[in-house]
Amino acid sequence: MNQVRYSRSIDWVTLLIYLTMVGVGLLNVYAASYAAEVPFSRVFSADWSGLMAFNWFKQLVWIGVSVLLIVVLLVIDHKAYDTFAYVMYGGMIVLLIVTLVIARPIAGSRSWLELGPMRLQPAEFAKFTTALAVSRFMAGINLRQQAFKQQLVLAGLTLLPPLLIIASNETGQALVFGAFLLAYFREGMSPLILLILAAAGLVLILSLLVPKLWLVGAFTLILAAVLALNPRVLRHHLPLAVGVYGIVLGMVFGVDFFYNNVLQPHQQKRIEVLLNPSADPLGVGWNVTQSKIAIGSGGLAGKGFLEGTQTRFDFVPEQSTDFIFCTVGEEWGWLGTMTVIILFMALIFRVIVVAERQKSVFGRTYGYCVASIIFFHFCVNIGMTIGLAPVVGIPLPFFSYGGSSLWSFTILLFILLAIDAYRKQDLVR
Amino acid sequence: MQYLEGRKFVVLGIFLAVAVVFAVRLFHIQVLDGSYKLAADKNTLQRIVQVPYRGLIYDRNGKLLVQNTPVYDLMVIPREVKKLDTLRFCQLLQMPVQELRDGLKAAKIYSRVKASPLVQNLSTRELAAIQDNLIDFPGFSIKPRMARSYQTQHLAHALGYVGPISPTMLEKPKYAHYLAGDFLGISGVEAYYEQELMGRRGVQYRMVNVRGIEKGAFRDGEFDTLSVAGQDLHLSIDPELQAYGEYLMQGKRGSIVAIEPKTGEILAFVSAPEFDPAMLTGKGSGNRYMELLRDTARPLFNRPLAAAYSPGSVFKLVNEAIALQEGVVTPSTGFPCNWKLVRCTHRHEYPSNLTIATKNSCNPYFYQVMFATVRRGRSPSKFKDVALGLADWRKHVTSFGLAQHLDVDLPGERMGLIPSPNFYNKRYGENRWTYKTIYSLSIGQGEIQVTPLQMANLMAIFANRGYYYPPHFVRSVGNKGPLERFKQRHYTSVDSSHFNAIVPGMVAVVDGRGGTGEHASLLDVGISVAGKTGTVQNYHGIDHATFGGFAPANDPKIAISVFIENAGFGGSSAAPMAGLMMEKYLRRKVAPWRHRWEEWLPGSADRFVKNRNRR
Repeated sequence: MNQVRYSRSIDWVTLLIYLTMVGVGLLNVYAASYAAEVPFSRVFSADWSGLMAFNWFKQLVWIGVSVLLIVVLLVIDHKAYDTFAYVMYGGMIVLLIVTLVIARPIAGSRSWLELGPMRLQPAEFAKFTTALAVSRFMAGINLRQQAFKQQLVLAGLTLLPPLLIIASNETGQALVFGAFLLAYFREGMSPLILLILAAAGLVLILSLLVPKLWLVGAFTLILAAVLALNPRVLRHHLPLAVGVYGIVLGMVFGVDFFYNNVLQPHQQKRIEVLLNPSADPLGVGWNVTQSKIAIGSGGLAGKGFLEGTQTRFDFVPEQSTDFIFCTVGEEWGWLGTMTVIILFMALIFRVIVVAERQKSVFGRTYGYCVASIIFFHFCVNIGMTIGLAPVVGIPLPFFSYGGSSLWSFTILLFILLAIDAYRKQDLVR
Repeated sequence: MQYLEGRKFVVLGIFLAVAVVFAVRLFHIQVLDGSYKLAADKNTLQRIVQVPYRGLIYDRNGKLLVQNTPVYDLMVIPREVKKLDTLRFCQLLQMPVQELRDGLKAAKIYSRVKASPLVQNLSTRELAAIQDNLIDFPGFSIKPRMARSYQTQHLAHALGYVGPISPTMLEKPKYAHYLAGDFLGISGVEAYYEQELMGRRGVQYRMVNVRGIEKGAFRDGEFDTLSVAGQDLHLSIDPELQAYGEYLMQGKRGSIVAIEPKTGEILAFVSAPEFDPAMLTGKGSGNRYMELLRDTARPLFNRPLAAAYSPGSVFKLVNEAIALQEGVVTPSTGFPCNWKLVRCTHRHEYPSNLTIATKNSCNPYFYQVMFATVRRGRSPSKFKDVALGLADWRKHVTSFGLAQHLDVDLPGERMGLIPSPNFYNKRYGENRWTYKTIYSLSIGQGEIQVTPLQMANLMAIFANRGYYYPPHFVRSVGNKGPLERFKQRHYTSVDSSHFNAIVPGMVAVVDGRGGTGEHASLLDVGISVAGKTGTVQNYHGIDHATFGGFAPANDPKIAISVFIENAGFGGSSAAPMAGLMMEKYLRRKVAPWRHRWEEWLPGSADRFVKNRNRR
């Protein structure tokens, strides 16, 4: 094993996209925390702790650490990821439980581990350990043929970490695990499950938006139409049809119960604000409204680097972490936001290409997990900044300021590249 | 093809679909929808209006009358008010609890997050008393502002006052550049010269962050404008004469207007009852305003401009001038004092010429003078003839500045009334009225109405022998002189020679033996006064006394009109008051033997009325 072989086998396209994203991200973190009254020249006279007061400098340090991580990930024997998948998963479960027990609440969430001056969020890292574990499990089963018991184990593997994360009050990070469904679908999970989930989501959204009686009427009509037009259903599948109808109605009326009794007040607000942003313009609606104003005021080409008034003057909260996309939108305009979207699409598509060329089920499943997790973050994070998704506090991968997030996504991505780099070796073996 | 590789396209399709939705949505909010850009500017741009120093007001001698002084408004932001100790707060500010509650309610209705004034016009001393304690009351703050303060206790009606702009004014396009809470001139020269006094406001656009902290100028101040201080006003008012006039008018209702005939500058402008101009500024001005408003003597009523009286006998002079111009009489024409036509004021010598008739204010004489003017036999019908004559007569009268705005530089001027043939046609029907119907006009009674200002201007016309400059208060705006239109001479349609023929009669009124205006005489100090008394019939009560005149008769420096409501005969009260005023102005002092007048004239108008039952 030597350096020459790395350079030949590592997927340069992914690496290039990764570096571009991290670079552009750093630029925007700099802009988001830029203060005109602090001259740049002060950087040269500052000592280490002075430098670490700059967010962009810290991000630069996190990027440096990421580069070290990449080197380490590529140096480790690729078989280790397969072999130790369950061990790492188990370790992470323990870590999550430990975190839950010892963590001090920060902003209402017990998900941060404090190591001296550093703060890490184990939930971020649970993504890649879970991805490895389910990929490993997937390699031994066939979803289309396996017994219900195996599927149950898979579901358990997938659901355990998010449950622990929900317990630490970090719902957003837990939702990310839903992304695994896309990977399972690729590996043979029935498309019906995706369809049913999509339909259920649609019914839920409709229940919130449309008066209940209308919905009941509409669904009753649909049932009547199906039964009338398709006598076969009436003869053979009547219990099923009525059952589905019952479940749908149950959902329609269950939404209120779920909304009022299960969701926490701040979560209720977030959904309310998504449906009607002007409901609480100075409270929860503030984030969405201001975020949309910042992005919307960017125009086609943006206000220019460091010229964004909305983001620089703190109108957008969390502007360098969860709402970093606002800085892009305000300072670089539609061209900037499109660049980011295209970068993400390029990365995700490339990851799918890499996944599909894996010879092992483990590698392929893991690749799909990587693409799905990044996609989920992309989807929800940008969706919330432009008012298409509820405000869920998850970062934009590679862009948002923060060590935990950057490192976890770097690890997630580069384990795939490490596995990919050795795929020929596997073939030979 | 790998196991189930086709499903790759489904997954990629989902990814792509989301990306397309985002791209479209972003294109919509970033490129198509402009409202977010406006919202962004609204967020960050703060418009700071700099209100410039309001122009000062000086009197004729260059002495300061009106200046600016800092006052403080107590502002409240309702949302920031926390745990308000109303009892302590009210003790501190010495205001009733109910007032505080009402004020807070009003502020909440205006805005919960913007500051609105709770108590206005705190003086520096009042501020000092509460400032240190204000820290215990979050949501309350102090906003300094410039308010008017007065170096004089006189001239309130001409100076006017400055007050907050009203909601109804704000809606008018004229006040588009004012904001709620701005102050502006409400009346007097303060209102008339608002543009000049206000100066130009400066506007600065600042960028602020979410906490309202300044983050520098917007585009390096490209859109900022500097404020320009207001221009000073130099009034033509003689402060001593003004104060003297107000002193003499004490306890009465009425007005004195004195004009410098050669320029049209107003020297004194007394509207009685007077009030101190400072009453309408500072804390409690609202209450004081209401007090003045409720006063039955109507001190807020600007009598010289807005009270219209019949001119009484003074108007005989105008009729005479017109008759001379029309050539229907000469100065030596005599008419009998025929009491069958109209009752005369008193028994007197035969009015064999104009001067004697004027001196005695002979009613039948002037009845016949006007008859000669309007009945010229131009139509066989006596109805049509008088209508023709009246139309011509009215043309002459209006050239004296009557029945029109003199365009004095003060708002609220009334036009008065000179009846036209149409006026009587409407009232009685066409061809249903004759000279007998309208003869009151010949002696200045009846429908005819003039304002005291017009009367003073009339005296200026006689003083100038036939022309006037529009009367005005401001002889210089900044250092640019008066407004252009005040430099324009207005000629009457009567030749100046005819005025020369009338003036001797006016002098006889005052200086002649047994003249009706003898109490205005200053002959004992070597000043010849020309004038005319009048008694204005008042259908609601005791007659009003009036006197119009000018002095010195041969080189007039002051023209004056005096109206005293319900003071009866003009010769006994209005004439001596005019005499004192003219002497004061011309000699800067009053002869010692007239001090008794000074003591006698101030006070109630009742004392001038010899016979109360007389109408």
